Amino acid sequence: MPIPADDASLAEVAAALAAPGKGLLASDESVGTIGKRLEKAGLVNDEETRRAYRELFYTAPIGKAGISGAIMFKETLQQAAADGTSFVDCLTRQGVMPGIKVDEGLLPFEGHDLATGETFTRGLDTLAAAAAGYRQGGARFAKWRAALRVDASRGLPSERAVELNAQQLAQYAAVCQAAGLVPIVEPEVLIDGTHSAADFGAASERVIGATVAQLWRQGVALEGCLLKPQMVIKGADAAGGRAAPEEVAAATLTVMRRVVPAAIPGIMFLSGGQSEEEATLNLNAINVMAQQQGKAPWSLSFSYGRALQASVLKIWSADSSRAAEAKQMAVALAAANAAAVRGAYDAAGKHPSVTSDSSLREAFRGWHGPTASAPAAAAAAVAQ
Amino acid sequence: MQHTMAMRLSSSRGAGMPAARSSSSRSSSRSAARAGRTTAVKVVATSRFEASNPFMEEMRATAAHIATRGKGILASDESNATTGKRLESVGVENNAETRRAWRELMYTAPGLGQYISGCIMFEDFLYSSTAAGVPFVDVLRKEGIVPGIKADTGMQTLPGTDGETATQGLDNLGTKCKEWYKQGARFAKWRAVLRIAGPGQGPSTTAIMENAHGLARYAQIAQENGLVPIVEPEVTLGPGSYGIEETAYWSERVYSHVFRLLNEYNVVLDAILLKPNMCLPGLDAPPATPAEVAKYTTRTMLRTIPAAVPGIHFLSGGMSEEESTLNLQALNEACPNAPWSLTFSYGRALQATTLKTWAGKQENWEAAQKVLLSLAAANSQAQLGQYKGPHPSPGGGRILQALRTGGAGK
Repeated sequence: MPIPADDASLAEVAAALAAPGKGLLASDESVGTIGKRLEKAGLVNDEETRRAYRELFYTAPIGKAGISGAIMFKETLQQAAADGTSFVDCLTRQGVMPGIKVDEGLLPFEGHDLATGETFTRGLDTLAAAAAGYRQGGARFAKWRAALRVDASRGLPSERAVELNAQQLAQYAAVCQAAGLVPIVEPEVLIDGTHSAADFGAASERVIGATVAQLWRQGVALEGCLLKPQMVIKGADAAGGRAAPEEVAAATLTVMRRVVPAAIPGIMFLSGGQSEEEATLNLNAINVMAQQQGKAPWSLSFSYGRALQASVLKIWSADSSRAAEAKQMAVALAAANAAAVRGAYDAAGKHPSVTSDSSLREAFRGWHGPTASAPAAAAAAVAQ
Repeated sequence: MQHTMAMRLSSSRGAGMPAARSSSSRSSSRSAARAGRTTAVKVVATSRFEASNPFMEEMRATAAHIATRGKGILASDESNATTGKRLESVGVENNAETRRAWRELMYTAPGLGQYISGCIMFEDFLYSSTAAGVPFVDVLRKEGIVPGIKADTGMQTLPGTDGETATQGLDNLGTKCKEWYKQGARFAKWRAVLRIAGPGQGPSTTAIMENAHGLARYAQIAQENGLVPIVEPEVTLGPGSYGIEETAYWSERVYSHVFRLLNEYNVVLDAILLKPNMCLPGLDAPPATPAEVAKYTTRTMLRTIPAAVPGIHFLSGGMSEEESTLNLQALNEACPNAPWSLTFSYGRALQATTLKTWAGKQENWEAAQKVLLSLAAANSQAQLGQYKGPHPSPGGGRILQALRTGGAGK
């Protein structure tokens, strides 16, 4: 399916990204974040390795497998496949829209640290000019991530964090729409912690509710944006093991129905903290339940990073001559999740994943800056 | 500054038209599944207030029942003063007995429950009976009609504004709700009114914040005491030449604030009903066709009302009886797969001709009841998107009513 014409409206682009049976590949990890993963897999974090890694995905037939858009990091937007074809062309020629991460990472509030505290997100000052440039370069949509933490004992998420991040998300969205990019609005409520699913749901209602109110306040056209929330799941350190997909589905749909206006065409869930298989099973359960119950006027889809990549990296990092196999894995993961969007994933069958690594404990997740060590980077960032 | 807001509305957000989305971008399997769905929506309590409220399950069931497809609400909660004015306008003396008899005529219309799922009552009549001594709440319940109660005590002008109003009634509301519940009410209603003074002159921030707060506080108290709150933020039809797009803009602004506060006050949206205005141009502007009303109203609802709300029950405001039905039909044609029921909570649009037909005369009793039933049936069909006409009360001009303040609930 060809991507929307250059002069298509934001609503058309958003609807195409969230079309039935389609989802997004989140491949926009910053140099620092992707670097840690490459190094953990025994590879060198240099520009060529990062380029070759992304080439696996963009030259695999992921479009046919159900990917409607791929979020890229700014470095990647400028890169090309080994044969010289730009990554933008590799994607658009197979009906996949290029997207671009436009935030510049998280920064902790004074007195907070990244691992345990609250943050806001950098990047608004230079966004307008950057957005225009990205649109020129072929991007059709953008993404900005805010992170909020649940910890009832400390009163988190605090009102300050909720309000400031909501305002920043809305400002980012308004600027992007003015530049012709569909904004993906990502208010991620972190899965870290011991909270119950109900408490996570309450926090999600607060956070997403505040975000939606700010979107309206700042003149963002809801028909031309997408939401990227976390599913409603109990904390990673909560007792009782992993929740059943049907529980995740019931809790997630309850919350989404309460805070997401029908005008937003798609809810593209993130996969943070879930394994590849969990992410597919949960998404499938959500869509099966939505089809059975109705009252779900938006697409319930995916914008997955790790859940579409972990097994690919595992194969390729073990032996780079297995690139073809790695590409097949990229397609298989995409297809499994596209089936889940239709509620048609065979839950009793075998998931293509070859790793259960949920990379939940990535302390560097959401890191700001290049390969500097954690404390040094944080100090440097705060000192600016 | 106000002008900038009106201009901004057309440039940055006018474009998106989601109405067609329901058929074109949803997969056919999804629509088919929805048409034949049998699974009840499972709601997970997300706050300890919700989890520990013993009325929560009953309230969700009540809200779902009132929002049953093909049904709507009869709004008959006019204050005694307002009822009096209407009785006098058809030559009926205004006293406690005529007011009671008028309600009895409506509530005992045979088969009313086919089309009406809920009835908003004025407090006096929650405690009244038929001439034969059968309590009104029993008459209604037997027909599957849930009795509801007007919870607010009317409006007062907001000092420091240009004649804008706030709604009164929070004092002692919890105690009153308990008593109303005991008497058989299972839902309540609170009407907040916002007004557009002219082109580019929408409700002030003060009025929006005050009325949103009142609605959220009332809703919270009602739910605590087992009553499903109907939340009514009315952007009222008034004089002025402002266009329908401006009404839509201000309506979005008001509803966005209201739902923000409902969220902050832990009001469970699965157990409320909304009673908004349809989007109409000002009285001095050219009237809008039903298709235009549908386009802007559905867009506004899709942008601001979460899917968890089971029913959106539009008020009829100043619309004529026929206009109220035609517009409701157009809404359901424009949005056939809406996540909430797009239905009615009509007062004047179900009562005007009914009252005229009765005119206080016993010999007209059955004929008047037949008129009520035919009006209810027409709107029931419109809710299903199946209204074809002719209308039982065709033509008819706007039925306007001045905003009344200072009534203190009487």
